[in-house]
Amino acid sequence: MTLSPGFDQPVADGQAVFRGALDALARPGSVVALTALPPAPAPLLPAAAALVLALADVDTPLWLDPILLSEAVLGYLRFHCGCPIVAQPSQAVFAVVAEPATMPPLHCFALGDDEYPDRSTTLILQLPALEGGPEVSLAGPGNALARRIAPAGLPAGFWAMARDNHALFPRGVDLLLVAGGSLLALPRSSRVEG
Amino acid sequence: MTTATGYNFAYLDEQTKRMIRRAILKAVAIPGYQVPFGSREMPLPYGWGTGGIQVTASVIGSADVLKVIDQGADDTTNAVSIRRFFARTAGVATTRRTTEATIIQTRHRIPETPLREGQILVYQVPIPEPLRWLEPRESETRKMHALADYGVMHVKLYEDIARHGRIATSYDYPVLVNDRYLMRPSPIPKFDNPKMHMNPALQLFGAGREKRIYAVPPYTKVVSLDFEDHPFEVQRWDDCCALCGAADSYLDEVITDDRGGRIFVCSDSDYCTGRIGP
Amino acid sequence: MYVAVKGGERAIDNAHAWLGETRRGDRQVPELSLAQIDGQLALAVDRVMTEGSVYDRELAALAIKQAQGDQVEAVFLLRAYRTTLPRFGYSLPIDTGAMRVRRRISSTFKDVPGGQILGPTYDYTHRLLDFSLAAEAPPVAAPMAEDPVDDTLPRVIDVLGREGLIESEAAGGDSPVGDLTREPMAFPAGRDLRLQSLARGDEGFLLAMAYSSQRGYGHTHPFAGEIRMGEVTVEFFAEELGFAVELGDIAVTESQMVNQFRGSAEQPPQFTRGYGLAFGRSERKAMAMALVDRAMRAGELGEEATAPAQDPEFVLGHCDNVEASGFTQHLKLPHYVDFQGELELIRRLRRKDGE
Repeated sequence: MTLSPGFDQPVADGQAVFRGALDALARPGSVVALTALPPAPAPLLPAAAALVLALADVDTPLWLDPILLSEAVLGYLRFHCGCPIVAQPSQAVFAVVAEPATMPPLHCFALGDDEYPDRSTTLILQLPALEGGPEVSLAGPGNALARRIAPAGLPAGFWAMARDNHALFPRGVDLLLVAGGSLLALPRSSRVEG
Repeated sequence: MTTATGYNFAYLDEQTKRMIRRAILKAVAIPGYQVPFGSREMPLPYGWGTGGIQVTASVIGSADVLKVIDQGADDTTNAVSIRRFFARTAGVATTRRTTEATIIQTRHRIPETPLREGQILVYQVPIPEPLRWLEPRESETRKMHALADYGVMHVKLYEDIARHGRIATSYDYPVLVNDRYLMRPSPIPKFDNPKMHMNPALQLFGAGREKRIYAVPPYTKVVSLDFEDHPFEVQRWDDCCALCGAADSYLDEVITDDRGGRIFVCSDSDYCTGRIGP
Repeated sequence: MYVAVKGGERAIDNAHAWLGETRRGDRQVPELSLAQIDGQLALAVDRVMTEGSVYDRELAALAIKQAQGDQVEAVFLLRAYRTTLPRFGYSLPIDTGAMRVRRRISSTFKDVPGGQILGPTYDYTHRLLDFSLAAEAPPVAAPMAEDPVDDTLPRVIDVLGREGLIESEAAGGDSPVGDLTREPMAFPAGRDLRLQSLARGDEGFLLAMAYSSQRGYGHTHPFAGEIRMGEVTVEFFAEELGFAVELGDIAVTESQMVNQFRGSAEQPPQFTRGYGLAFGRSERKAMAMALVDRAMRAGELGEEATAPAQDPEFVLGHCDNVEASGFTQHLKLPHYVDFQGELELIRRLRRKDGE
């Protein structure tokens, strides 16, 4: 088995991907194209791989949904990030979901507590596309006006879960929706409307 | 990627940067909440901007253009020292122009020139906890934030009014972020507080010694605490800038002789220079 | 016309050049070598290594030289260097029971197995300035003992343990040991983080805290159960080899204090412990650390905690001299923006009062 390479330039690419995530979280709902994409083993999408490589390491337990638990993906992440893979979503600092249809409910991930709401999962959700799905709008920090978004491939009931997640604020998970080489952030601070 | 100094790009090692980057992302997702982070000893002393430096070092890339100000000015010794640190360790372009910068690291001021989308303002923060003077224990203030129990701060401000007829806080004036977290705006003068509200730029705050990072995302509600019968107000001067004539900027008082002579000049050196013209 | 002050960069360069000349001092006098600092200012090196959290005598000597002997500045230099070092992992716990002892005393028993060993101590020296040192006279030769010190000297405190008169101190088990150089302190802090913080803490601050606890600000009633100093081996478990490898020897001073405890509903009256450990010969530091460690256990032992030394948030929040020195001295930085705000406010308040 050959191992897919990681970032071409780890220092510069890691910084660029982080800035993409920062930009996305600072402007929830806006679609940000990542400029540095590693060749990731399927079904891990390049954008998801880029985020994990840029942000996760030995200090950050990672949860993967069952379809991602292949030798190819595990070997790739172990080699490039060294992050421990955990069995429970509630133990995860980062989580990657490749099959949204069967994803655990958001409240099963780490939500933080009232004193330390930052001790919560950042969930990377792989989608077929970030546009073309049913429209909702996001309001709250990062958006001067409500922003219309239409990510495709989200499971039924997802937006109700996202509203419940926002209602927990300051607790809650933060979501990074990815498709291809792009991402869109849905932090807990965003209010879902429409 | 290393630079001539023999250290990693922007000094910090990659594992440390990842840790700080994770803290920054959580800070942006929870506006105004102070995220604990494993602050490192930096080659500059604690209290001299190590929090801001760690945030800048974790955010900055080779395409960025950095501006560093202290007291609003690019020429103050600590601003010079920090700008030079990044020029040496990251090899990035630096500028004194607010409009040209992608990242502005600041101590004690927000530039007078309005910031725009895509810019990042990094504040150096000495004491991040807004309740610290009222309750020195972290274990207590953490509970107060958890419960959004900010009554003690209102009582403190109200005591000011009872005693002085007005709120006697001129800098580090507490704000409420996104209707949830009480936040200390680093010690900027309250003159700058309104600039934080719905600012198009991303505002990041780093407290190195106290090991906290917090953030105000763009277009976020930032309200200075006040009372209906004592609304928040900012400093005013009877004078205008002796160099550029600005009447709308924050002014430094300069003693010109020992007979009581004084003039006032803009604290924001780039704003002042821009008004005087090339 | 007024011209704003400029030229900070040149001023900084010039100031640093002047500092360099000042550091060197009179060029007629031979320059200090790192070996001289290591060998002849060894206790300064020990302190800088302890509070700098790096066991490297040469680097500590360099820091002392660079800081012109300012220990707090030297600690800062070493810490700032330390953060850039790659981390390979954590060593195994050192075994001070297997220490090659150079000094070992107990104040709780007249004689102990293996005996009392004074070692190279300042205790019982008469503090008379020794003018023969100024004349660079060679030292009196120290005679060799007829019998070597025992290979392993039992810890005095274990004698009390066998009788069940002192609290037992179990290893932490599998729970991970915290590391505040990676994660910030959170309260309540476990003893692992408290001890780490104290070990890095300023000797002067801990000394004053320990002293205050002896004078009634907190009630520690301590006895020096045992103080030992000597060499221990540092080992690292190499995953790829499957066994521990020796990295080398380090010198440490360990202090175990024995304190009274009147007992509680759950526990019979017994002695309790305070623990101190420092690099090299740092006896004052290790003893102070042990007293403060015990004082901070007041809450856990159900004692009334009223004194500063019994307050972990107070002690741990202020014992680090790199933090304290930086923040105290940051007041040198310009603050004229905020000061202008205060001036404007005071003038306004006075105008209003005068109305």
